[in-house]
Amino acid sequence: MSVNVMTLPLSVPAADRPLVRIVIVGHVDHGKSTLIGRLLHETGGIPAQKIDQLKAMSARRGMPFEWSFLLDSLQAERDQGITIDTSQIRFRTPSRDIILIDAPGHAEFLRNMITGAAQADAALLLIDAAEGVRDQTRRHGYLLHLLGVKQVTVVVNKMDRVDFAEPAFRAIESEITAYLADLGVRASTVIPISAREGDGVSERGERTPWYAGPTVLEALDGFEPARAPQDLALRLPVQAVYKFDDRRIVAGRIETGSLKVGEEIVFQPSGKTAVVKTIESWPVPAAGKEKTLLNAGAAAAITLDREIFVERGEIVSTPASRPHAARRLRVRLFWLADEPLETGTVVIARLATSESRATVAAVHEVVDPGHLSTFESKSIGRNQVGEVELVLSRPIAADPHGLNPRTGRVALELGGRIAGGGLVISVLDGEATRAEPRNITPVSSAMTEEERVGRFGHEGAVVWLTGLSGSGKSTLARALERRLFHRGGMATLLDGDTLRAGLNSDLGFSDADRAENNRRLAEVANFLKNLGHLVLVAAVSPSAAARAKVRAIVGDRFFEVHVATPLDVCEARDPKGLYAKARAGEIRGFTGIDAPYEAPTAAELVIENDKLDPSAGVDRLEAMLAQAGVFRRPFSAGDDAGL
Amino acid sequence: MATADDRLDELEAQSIYIFREAFARMKRMALLWSLGKDSNVMIWLARKAFLGHVPFPVLHVDTGKKFKEMYAFRDHYGKEWNLDLRVDPCPPLEQMDPTLPPATRSAARKTEGLKLALEKYGFDAVVAGIRRDEEATRAKERVFSPRGLEGDWNVREQPPEFWDHFNATLPAGAHLRVHPILHWTELDIWAYTKREGIPVIPLYFSKDGKRYRSLGDEDITFPVKSEAATIDEILLELATTKVPERSGRAMDHEAEDSFERLRVAGYL
Repeated sequence: MSVNVMTLPLSVPAADRPLVRIVIVGHVDHGKSTLIGRLLHETGGIPAQKIDQLKAMSARRGMPFEWSFLLDSLQAERDQGITIDTSQIRFRTPSRDIILIDAPGHAEFLRNMITGAAQADAALLLIDAAEGVRDQTRRHGYLLHLLGVKQVTVVVNKMDRVDFAEPAFRAIESEITAYLADLGVRASTVIPISAREGDGVSERGERTPWYAGPTVLEALDGFEPARAPQDLALRLPVQAVYKFDDRRIVAGRIETGSLKVGEEIVFQPSGKTAVVKTIESWPVPAAGKEKTLLNAGAAAAITLDREIFVERGEIVSTPASRPHAARRLRVRLFWLADEPLETGTVVIARLATSESRATVAAVHEVVDPGHLSTFESKSIGRNQVGEVELVLSRPIAADPHGLNPRTGRVALELGGRIAGGGLVISVLDGEATRAEPRNITPVSSAMTEEERVGRFGHEGAVVWLTGLSGSGKSTLARALERRLFHRGGMATLLDGDTLRAGLNSDLGFSDADRAENNRRLAEVANFLKNLGHLVLVAAVSPSAAARAKVRAIVGDRFFEVHVATPLDVCEARDPKGLYAKARAGEIRGFTGIDAPYEAPTAAELVIENDKLDPSAGVDRLEAMLAQAGVFRRPFSAGDDAGL
Repeated sequence: MATADDRLDELEAQSIYIFREAFARMKRMALLWSLGKDSNVMIWLARKAFLGHVPFPVLHVDTGKKFKEMYAFRDHYGKEWNLDLRVDPCPPLEQMDPTLPPATRSAARKTEGLKLALEKYGFDAVVAGIRRDEEATRAKERVFSPRGLEGDWNVREQPPEFWDHFNATLPAGAHLRVHPILHWTELDIWAYTKREGIPVIPLYFSKDGKRYRSLGDEDITFPVKSEAATIDEILLELATTKVPERSGRAMDHEAEDSFERLRVAGYL
């Protein structure tokens, strides 16, 4: 709805009025729509035509007119009686242009509340005086903290229902102030009102003589627009590198700090440096009028003094104050997807313009902000908040949120949809969890990677085949090994059982021993990968968490392949006679029989081996590697005759 | 103290960011040019984002019923701005859902025309110049808004969007609507048009006591009473008017839910 009207006297001329976006949040039925309708009415912001339309509509429905009808503009909403999505309402206070973002209070629509609140400079948190602080009040308070909304005013509505009694108000005031303070959110003020009857909205209520603070309108008039922080270090995430004409232009938006022509800059995570040569703009400025400085918030397009390869996702900073090239992040996040976020879950992490696959290596803490409780859990459910450790498949530039709010937060995507987001609590060193190496001087190989690629025709990579015993992992791995060998490639099969006979002969099948077995397999595989080998690992590896650790150790060019043969087919095949022994009780803890197999949720490839003939499975493995760019010279199909 | 220029700079920077994100993440993108004031601002913003270039096709889904001034504008600036202009016709009225009210049914041709053009060129994203302040259902839009195979909009199942992270992954055959000026207002559009010197179709200016506030098909768009004959006068008028922007667009007013029905079916 478009409401651009003002009848109150303007203390600031229209051209210089700051625009402030304010989100209004709180528990469902605590009176948000009524307060918004009332505010629009008292600021003279409702076109006569709109009111007439609504009155006519109310009459048609045989209902008395309510201020909340103003917002219920979608048929679907009227039918259900709750606000579904974020709507934006414009009106004016004496010195501000306000966009009031109406965020739904119903828990079902938390993703819409977040969409609305994330755009806001400030928030009004609404509480029903008769009902007090409810779970959704707390949840919204917690989310304001996570979303970084710093200016919060609490409005205690429906004071008429508690006879405007001060003690009832003070109890709510102290409870919510303490809760928000614990989160590091300072409520600038707590206001008693009755939106329906008009007390405390634009006029001081006579029925609350014990209250001396501002009205809602005065509080709104005091909010400031949140600006891109100018006083922090330079952060310019690269959106793209353009070459539409003879200029090579690095484009992005300055999130914090400022950028000058002639300044030395560094791109993270690549660490490449350059000097800013020009700031480009369109329409092309007259000679001598070119920009030489860009401030926070500006769309930037720059050229550099040298030809370097940089790409989308890198962050420009100054050499003295650069972001980390992070491989592990500890993140405090909210989660919105139906599927829980657990150890081993693979998501896409997005930080500014960068993206990386990220595996949850640990869930540290889970909070239900609605009930104020923290508990130990291995997974974060829908609409819950928690802290996790993410292992990234490639380094991205990141800051701790405390140092830079704009480059210290991530969105997480699951199955192609944004499913959560959070603050970077700390950037962890990838080696931090391992023993500190002392007096070790690794000796690097005499050959370069390029020399090896030249000889083998492919890059090093690890293909990790996981699946039940008897699913056909080793058969597939051996067929692929032979095919690659025939073409002059350097393929190496690492079989779990084979390593157990020697390197891992000190290990049994306890959880700890299985984990160590996996770690050694991963380290050996990674070592060979770095020497240019195409390493084919066949290992049951039933634990998602253990596979996540393997992925973290190997890093890039890691391919998790799920050989998904159903249990009954594996058991019928039983090539090693192990299922029979497990069924007879001779083997304990056998995967699929009396120990679980945690199937991958985001494997690079799933091969339904029982439905394919053996060469088709190998074809799919090969196509996966080809698509990822592992092969550097074309192999002709004729080489495969007879395979 | 914030100034009007700061405000326009912020709006502009946000739109440029959205354009660059869409161009970086989508494979085949096109800009929908309705020839009105909003899409003209959008083309201007694209040229700012891409330093004087519009590096994707500009699509006019033509109902064949626009004002002659609009066609003249298209043909002139399509060349002057060096646009990769594609003009595609809409199917005839007889093929539209007969249960829709007359003007709404007429407007539905554009939705069908767009579907045909999407199929023809295989675009996975179209940039559209809708704004939140125009109309209540548009207020609920996301910046990146995925559409189903039929171009339909599922307002209840929209994924969250925050911190300028946009959902760009689509199921096969679906497409994305990109809304770079969603956060602008009618007043912003005119203030920016003035500051930047963007060309304007004269129909927006008052003649014989009337002007068009919003331009659509000639037979279902009507002028409103106005004496505003310059951009400055339009800005002054908008600061005091109580008449909604789309009051001259017949299809919005035929039934309580007619615009919503159009939107759910894929209308812009």
